[in-house]
Amino acid sequence: MSDLVLNGSSTGRHIVYVLRSNPVTALAAAGTLLLVLIAILAPVLAPYDPVASNVPQALQPPSWAHLAGTDQLGRDILSRIIWAARLDLMIAVSAVSLSFVIGAVIGGFCGYRGGRLDRWVGRFVDVLMAFPLFVLAMAMVAALGNRVENIVIATAVINLPFYIRFARAEVNVRRNAGWVEAARACGDSHLSVVLRVLLPNVLPAMAVQISLNLGWAILNAAGLSFIGLGVTAPTPEWGIMVAEGARFITTGKWWLVAMPGLALMLTVLCFNLLGDGLRDILDPRMRT
Amino acid sequence: MTADLLRVENLQVAFSTRHGTVTALHGIDIALKAGETLGVVGESGSGKSVTSLAVMRLLDRAGKITGGRVMFEGRDITHAGHADLRRLRGSALSMIFQNPRAALNPIRTVEQQIVDVLAAHGKLSRANARTQALDLLRAVLIRDPEARLNAYPHELSGGMCQRVMIAMAIACEPVLLIADEPTTGLDVTTQQTVMELLARIQAERGMAMILITHDLGLAARWCDRIAVMEAGRVVEQGETVALFEAPAHPYTKRLVAASPTRRSTLADLAPPGLARDAAPVVTVSRERGPGTPPLLELVNVVKSFGGPTRAVDAVSFRIPQGGALGLVGESGSGKSTLSRLICRLIDLDDGDIVFDGESIARTPAREFHHSPRRRDIQIVFQDPNDSLNPRHNAFDSIAYPLRRLEGLRDGTALQARVREAAARAGLPLDLLQRFPHQLSGGQKARVGIARAVAPRPRLLVLDEPTAALDVSVQAVILQLLDRLRREDGIGLLFVSHDLNVVRMLCDDLVVLQAGKVVEAGPSQSIFQRPQAAYTRMLLEAVPYFDPQRTELLKTA
Repeated sequence: MSDLVLNGSSTGRHIVYVLRSNPVTALAAAGTLLLVLIAILAPVLAPYDPVASNVPQALQPPSWAHLAGTDQLGRDILSRIIWAARLDLMIAVSAVSLSFVIGAVIGGFCGYRGGRLDRWVGRFVDVLMAFPLFVLAMAMVAALGNRVENIVIATAVINLPFYIRFARAEVNVRRNAGWVEAARACGDSHLSVVLRVLLPNVLPAMAVQISLNLGWAILNAAGLSFIGLGVTAPTPEWGIMVAEGARFITTGKWWLVAMPGLALMLTVLCFNLLGDGLRDILDPRMRT
Repeated sequence: MTADLLRVENLQVAFSTRHGTVTALHGIDIALKAGETLGVVGESGSGKSVTSLAVMRLLDRAGKITGGRVMFEGRDITHAGHADLRRLRGSALSMIFQNPRAALNPIRTVEQQIVDVLAAHGKLSRANARTQALDLLRAVLIRDPEARLNAYPHELSGGMCQRVMIAMAIACEPVLLIADEPTTGLDVTTQQTVMELLARIQAERGMAMILITHDLGLAARWCDRIAVMEAGRVVEQGETVALFEAPAHPYTKRLVAASPTRRSTLADLAPPGLARDAAPVVTVSRERGPGTPPLLELVNVVKSFGGPTRAVDAVSFRIPQGGALGLVGESGSGKSTLSRLICRLIDLDDGDIVFDGESIARTPAREFHHSPRRRDIQIVFQDPNDSLNPRHNAFDSIAYPLRRLEGLRDGTALQARVREAAARAGLPLDLLQRFPHQLSGGQKARVGIARAVAPRPRLLVLDEPTAALDVSVQAVILQLLDRLRREDGIGLLFVSHDLNVVRMLCDDLVVLQAGKVVEAGPSQSIFQRPQAAYTRMLLEAVPYFDPQRTELLKTA
């Protein structure tokens, strides 16, 4: 049994094990890492200025000079996709973190306390979920104003119900466990039982939700921009690019839509595939 | 000389895991005649359950029979196909499991579940399905069987669930019943009635039975022959009385030594090798002179959970400084509620709890973590599997109260305190980096005890700390607790349903029934001359390890 003894590098070895035993997760993790690197290194990687128009070069198909072609104003589509990764990832990550943190805390308390608080929050969540969520997001952005922060807020709000429900259910099944009572005997208040003891235990299960949600949040942000809410025209953003390019599909200029669309699709796919692996990495019980 | 009903020959089972193939059974040989009862005893991880699952061919996908064969009624069923197996299971071979509540389908009534079993084996005449189900419930002596037919599992007590399981298991009149820890987790009195029932049914129907148990008392009382398993091997096999009176294998000897008999004391249970402490015992003087307040005093404590009945009803008792008090009762007697009240995890409705001369009942439970008394009262929970935070390794679990209650930060001071607590609980230091799922039940129990003693409490509440443990581990844990008390002067409140265990550890005893104290006094006198009828019933139900008694039962 000596091989079970863990040492300092155990976390690293565990991650390697999960990735090796699950090549799809490894691929998704590599894709996500690449995406993050692209977003961070956008100024270095982008071959052209993403907003500088060059009308003589407009609507060029993909070539060696412009790998993804150019758009109606002659802007390099590859550069715009690279810069857009930055914005779209930022929107998705901040929206999901916001709804995850708020949702987990609210849901955690409801699941732990139960009673009247739980019932009221539960009904509120039901009401929120009864709205068509995208329409709700549209209404919020329209009311608050066309700004990036408001897209983040709107996306966070419409994700919130899922996190509240999820955290509530996961905390609820654990609240009578011996180790929860033990934490109280060790001097924890109810507050720190939820924050220090219960929520960390719920994290692995929520990782799947977070990862799926990131993909969904990117689609949501792109969708809002596509219909003209949110990020405005010259800013490179996948949704706007698809929306603007859509006009040229009928004339056979496919690359205007296909290239940002492909980026969007691959990103969402990576996030969706990452979820299960992320749970295995975060759950100490998977380290056998 | 009749032919064997079941013969397991050199059976080998291996599981494929992340760390390669693990051999669970290294060639098991057991045989069983019709109508006979074979006890398979051994500690957790010895391969008892794997043996029964392999015989039933119910191993999960990771497990494989890698050698040997299983002969049933003269046929080799080691490689029987699924259709054959389905016919065999239930109708010829049947099994009952440890946790009856988990083995029953929660959304189907008792009648539906019994009828399902009958229908699966074509033993059902639609017209009188209900009558057949009713007859089975009568056979397992359920009170008011007509009403139980329409009940769902959650409406039944643990004992009744086990009866329903037995009814389902015998529905198709099997010739062999495998009972895997059928009474573990049930109250002692229920345990006894369930075993009596099984023995009766077995005699009536001439059924053979394999009783898998870690409780030597149970095996000695009900089995004709015993097979002792250790680490995937049968180390000793023989007639019950002969085997237990003169165990030959060292492992059997150790098991026999660790099983408490009616007269054994804590020192008797010492496993050889893990010898009693050579160091002289420093006995802390318990009396601090006259006028010293008791460590803990309960005055008419009342608690109800909103219903008409009180979970704890006017309970009073006291524990002297450094004393040990046993709190005994069956499930539902309010003993767990009481231990949580004393630990101030929940609020009481009425009465007072006085700790060391100071009332601690006035601080509400939600504020009690601020109280300086928080670290003085610590608790060890019943199920070691459930009492450790899955995200904390052993070190962090033990360090938790030190970080939270004493504000120690990472560093040598914390390291030293954790190591000290681990040493006091007898936990090897190289296990400190392991997570709960990498520890055995006994090791987890030690982590739980180390965590509780780490902040140097003055009162330790033990909520059935050994109920889920093997006998040899139980013996070691009991001795450990006794040492903590003698050397460190920690007062103990030992909550248990097992009177015999309580007797060995505690000076005084409080017997609780339905939230009320029915009897209280020094343990020896209660044990020898119980006054209340309830105490007598509890005492009679304890399955002592006592091989001679088998003889008495058989000749009677």
